[in-house]
Amino acid sequence: MARSRVVLSAAMVTAAALAVPLHAPPHAQEAGHVKVARGTVQIERAGQKTPAAVGAAVQAGDVVSTGPDGSVGITFLDNSLLSAGPNSVLAVDRFAFDSTTHQGSFESSLRTGTLAVVSGKLAKQSPEAMKVKTPAAVLGVRGTEFLVRTGDPKKD
Amino acid sequence: MRRHAGLAALALLLLVGCARPTRDDLYVLMPGADGKTGALTVESAGRRAVLDQPYAAARVKEPGQVTAGTVTEQEARQAFGAALAAQPDRPLSFILYFLEARDELTPESRQILDRVVDELSRRPAPEIVVIGHTDRVGPVPYNDTLSIRRAERVRDELIKVGIAAERIRVEGRGEREPLVATPDEVPEPRNRRVEINIR
Repeated sequence: MARSRVVLSAAMVTAAALAVPLHAPPHAQEAGHVKVARGTVQIERAGQKTPAAVGAAVQAGDVVSTGPDGSVGITFLDNSLLSAGPNSVLAVDRFAFDSTTHQGSFESSLRTGTLAVVSGKLAKQSPEAMKVKTPAAVLGVRGTEFLVRTGDPKKD
Repeated sequence: MRRHAGLAALALLLLVGCARPTRDDLYVLMPGADGKTGALTVESAGRRAVLDQPYAAARVKEPGQVTAGTVTEQEARQAFGAALAAQPDRPLSFILYFLEARDELTPESRQILDRVVDELSRRPAPEIVVIGHTDRVGPVPYNDTLSIRRAERVRDELIKVGIAAERIRVEGRGEREPLVATPDEVPEPRNRRVEINIR
């Protein structure tokens, strides 16, 4: 009896181990890397917040946030540069880039705060490929450098 | 009754909301580092502004209220100082040339390699992509192999001067992406090259 229980729990452990990949985000894919991190910077991935250091990978689906003393600069695989000032929340909604054809798409949302953008190869290849959203607006990017501030002024 | 109270509260909220702006959104098009200025469309609840001049700006105080105007460079730098200061280094691209049918760099290109190494040493968490190319002399499979060998040769040079191997990605495009278009089997030194992209 005890023995069969051991076998059973071993089987369950194996099943759990096999099930793990199913819990991974379906489109987890490297999108870029943190190159500048000052003050408090966090990356939220699958509900977990971790401090972001220089060199940390950013994936599609990540939400990058900065504290009152924080700022962050990210270089994406298509050479787009996104950098956020203090009290900012930036979501990388979608990122796909084919390094041979330069096709794909890049969508991000600044939920609050300030953002400086230099668009990269995706926007150059196709003007539809890059979009930046805020709670109030959608930006179409025909290249190349622009600034975004959004948020509730009463909070500032 | 309760529902009416809820509606009244909502109406009051909307009134208060209208009394002062709910947002203070600002969108600014900057001049490009290369001297060219791109364009940006700002669309809010069906209203749209097109920014296509340096420091052209759009403000959104309420969704659907898009006011186009301009800001000064100073105003832009003040409002976005921290975000601009956190911009990563611009990606750079270098081209190194090879002697015909060999994986040996030309003397000029050896000097460029020194500049690449210098630039890499100044960057935090640098990433390097090395892409090899050939001219159209020889069969396609031969050139595919040669292009990868050239890229690997450059990677080895970078490792030799202390760049971590895991930071370097190597790709070979063979004769598929010539810098200068030629008929098949024509030697073209400008196509015998390796691109080093760093960011």
